[in-house]
Amino acid sequence: MRAYLPSYELVVPRTLDEALALLRDGPGVWRPFAGGTDLMVLLEAGKLEHRKFFSIRHLSELRGVGESDGRVRIGALTTYTGVRRSDLLARHFPLLGLAARETGGIAIQNRGTVGGNIANASPAADTPPALLVYGAEVELVSASGARRVPYSEFHTGYKRTVMRADELIAAVHLPRPGEGARHYYRKVGTRRAQAISKVCFAALAEAVGDALGEVRIALGSVAPVVLRCPRTEAVLKGRRVDGELLRAASEELAREITPIDDLRSTARYRTRVARNLLGEFLSGLSGRGV
Amino acid sequence: MTSDKNIGRPVPRKEGRAKVTGAAAYVDDLRLPDMLYGVTVRSPAPRGRITGVTFGEGIPWDEFTVVAARDIPGANYVALILNDQPYLAETFVNHAEEPVLLLAHPDKYLLEEARRAVRIEVEPVPGVFRLEDSLARTEVVWGEDNVFKTFLVEKGNVDGVWDSAGVVVVEGEYTTGAQEQLYIETNGVIAEASAATGVVVRGSMQCPYYVHKALVKLFDLPEDKIRVIQTETGGGFGGKEEYPSLLAGHAALLAWKSGRPVKMVYDRAEDMLATTKRHPSRTRHRTAVTRDGRLVAMDIDFVVDGGAYATLSSVVLSRGTIHAAGPYHCPNVRIRSRAVATNVPPHGAFRGFGAPQSIFALERQLDRVAAAVGLEPDELRRRNFIKKGETTATGQVIREDVDLGALLDRAFELTDYHAKRERFARENAGARTKRGIGFASFMHGAGFTGSGEKYLQSIVGCEATAEGRIKVLAASTEIGQGTKTVFAQIASDALGIDYETVEVVQPDTADVPNSGPTVASRTCMIVGKLVESAALQIRETLKGAGLLGDAYTTEEFARACAAYVERHGALKTFTQYTQPEGVEWDDERYRGDAYGAYAWAVYVAEVSVDTLTYEARVEDFVAVQEVGRVIHPVLAAGQIEGGVAQGIGWALYENVVWRDGRMANGQMTNYIMPTSADLPPIRVHFFENPYEGGPGGAKGIGELPMDGPAPAILNAVEHATGLRLDHVPLTPEALMDALEPEAVGA
Repeated sequence: MRAYLPSYELVVPRTLDEALALLRDGPGVWRPFAGGTDLMVLLEAGKLEHRKFFSIRHLSELRGVGESDGRVRIGALTTYTGVRRSDLLARHFPLLGLAARETGGIAIQNRGTVGGNIANASPAADTPPALLVYGAEVELVSASGARRVPYSEFHTGYKRTVMRADELIAAVHLPRPGEGARHYYRKVGTRRAQAISKVCFAALAEAVGDALGEVRIALGSVAPVVLRCPRTEAVLKGRRVDGELLRAASEELAREITPIDDLRSTARYRTRVARNLLGEFLSGLSGRGV
Repeated sequence: MTSDKNIGRPVPRKEGRAKVTGAAAYVDDLRLPDMLYGVTVRSPAPRGRITGVTFGEGIPWDEFTVVAARDIPGANYVALILNDQPYLAETFVNHAEEPVLLLAHPDKYLLEEARRAVRIEVEPVPGVFRLEDSLARTEVVWGEDNVFKTFLVEKGNVDGVWDSAGVVVVEGEYTTGAQEQLYIETNGVIAEASAATGVVVRGSMQCPYYVHKALVKLFDLPEDKIRVIQTETGGGFGGKEEYPSLLAGHAALLAWKSGRPVKMVYDRAEDMLATTKRHPSRTRHRTAVTRDGRLVAMDIDFVVDGGAYATLSSVVLSRGTIHAAGPYHCPNVRIRSRAVATNVPPHGAFRGFGAPQSIFALERQLDRVAAAVGLEPDELRRRNFIKKGETTATGQVIREDVDLGALLDRAFELTDYHAKRERFARENAGARTKRGIGFASFMHGAGFTGSGEKYLQSIVGCEATAEGRIKVLAASTEIGQGTKTVFAQIASDALGIDYETVEVVQPDTADVPNSGPTVASRTCMIVGKLVESAALQIRETLKGAGLLGDAYTTEEFARACAAYVERHGALKTFTQYTQPEGVEWDDERYRGDAYGAYAWAVYVAEVSVDTLTYEARVEDFVAVQEVGRVIHPVLAAGQIEGGVAQGIGWALYENVVWRDGRMANGQMTNYIMPTSADLPPIRVHFFENPYEGGPGGAKGIGELPMDGPAPAILNAVEHATGLRLDHVPLTPEALMDALEPEAVGA
């Protein structure tokens, strides 16, 4: 442990209102601490610069998975284990369970939360690409009220988001995808488990007759943010899958992503594998009537 | 009444219960009264002149003990071989993370704050960071030519053969990367020190007497004023062979100055960044072979990167050199080798000790040689396997029955090698997942090289107590591999008594004789043989005293011990190593009997290569080896499985990313060791051929399994893809560049 612990503060507000009042009275002074799976790594390394935190883990308003008006609400404190165990999510949003299973080890899955994963804003996060293709909205709460933001507009740059300093993530809301939609998820990590992704690819496709209808594609670890790829989607929409379309979409995808070389991989590898996974996704569709 | 009640059987591990229940006390579990914590302040630059040290504001510096080079009471070097590595840099640093200052304080959290507040100013001097640059002397950073050590092994004459008629010449170059040992328990020690009482160090280590030797010089104290105690140790793999001498010295210097006990335990980041790793290497092969596949000549150039100081590089180079020509009979061999300096933290001992590097090169090269003469890889090797009466590269005559062909047959039968070889080749065209199967055949010498054991003159003691228990006194450490269990098996069978009656004493230089370091696959074979002899002397003494007959029970034996101790006060025996008759080694010409015995092996790897993600994965692994007699079947299989897993890591996953001489990925998140999900079933099979020089017939086993996986896996990848990939680790990124050359630059 390289952090100097006496310089840190962790307070425990009794209610959500108390937590929001903390944020209102000193925006930027206090930051939320949920599962701690990202923060504790920094603390251990002596690299956690922020010093004042408040725990939100016990706030029941931020918990639970439920459904109303055809939309599913996932409380921000839902853990990866919670995601994995939810029948509702497994039925309608299978990619979330796949992503949750690929995140960290069991201990991390027991503590890490969906809201924390969004707030941490890592471009290499495993669940956000799935949230993007499911058209998630993020519910933000503050002492002055609540608002919803399309998740595709939430991340504005590396580790930057549209959240105000007085806001907390309360939940994400997901519209149910159409019956018969095709779901695809593949994480390419540095190893089979306990890995950070080098490329993470999520996609959803609906069919209209023998052509593609709505297609959504999102990737992790290929840009400063988890990236929805509307230009590649536009190339595909309304078209029939064939070799020519595959090539065109693949080229568009290569233009749309902006991967870098880092400790884990290279830009070349990420581009090539992203294109290969797009190919795998589309080939899987063409083989089954879309 | 020697028995074989325990040898060959899976008796319970001596220290197993304490480990499993959490009762075992590792160094970080210990706390001495008034103890301080210590940390190291390290060089921020890879090479340069120290121009200043600044102690930042906001820290109560008067509460801290600060040690610099000038505080050292004796010699400022880690006594090992060349004595070139300082405990603390004084004016010049030769690698990033080089220790410059030591700090101690009772509050370990404030200590970290203080460490961050110290600034070491270094005026940079250009360094070298790659083996090639060191060889090219882009800068001279050590001695006159960057070379720590060279060896030349010559057999026959390679020069005349290259242009001969009917000879095919094959060349290749092979490189390997650094590897972190990743023992579960990081390095740690607690030291007490004062001029009056001397120095006492407790810690996690493989070689208590190496630490002892180093501290004698550091403090300029007589040997009996230095005491080193091994605490329960969570793995070593070579990583705790030489490094604890440095860390123990640091803690002892802080204790000396502060007058209080000092604990220093590295966290994982510091352990990865600052301590030793496997030597990176480059091997060039030039092989002459007849058209029918008989080896005519092997010309081998082997280079290892030793890092900034000599440490053990010369010895690592020696083992790598001797193993470079493998278990083959070849009339003409020349091996030239060098260990060179670079400005990275010194590389050091790691399971296999140079042999995995040179064996990787050879076993890749032989697949290429086979292809050049149109033979299957196994057929080429069969035609050249060394046999009894033939000689190795150093001219050592093999005197034991060795049958590598039988190991190969068994390994192929277990893997269905031939059918798979044919089927994969047929099915791979157009397949998204390509499959391949490959193997490596190799040997590993047990014990110190050449005359090393003769110079070590290891001693082991055995004591019978008044209660009739037997204590084994040896400096060999239990580091997870089963030393205590195996020694107890050997001693109890030598005496024909119950296993439970034997206790193996925790190594403490005040109590145990110097039985040498716990390295080089020597503990069971060399030290174990001394345990057997010392135990037998106890029995002979009791018989000689008329207290023991030819047949006896454990209880009768105990009564005899009690009677002897009552009569004479104590019963202790000591045995010292003597080189077996007929063993000859010429240190000058590097010729002769390099090792007392070799373990022999054939390992087969089956791989898949995903052409979408370029991930190579080991799907199945079979390890067949002849290791003399297996003392403990569970521990032995565990050694092999662990070594194979470590070898798979080295081959496909574990990539040290260097930036300006510093490990950039010093976290387990980004330095990728394989998890259980990444590993195949590892199937282990032993052939037993008792070796008369080993206890109960055992040979060394610890390092062997590190040698085979990397070449077997890359040979299998070549079978799957047709690609000649000659560097480990083979990352998916490298595999992509080879498989999709058009993607390069895309």
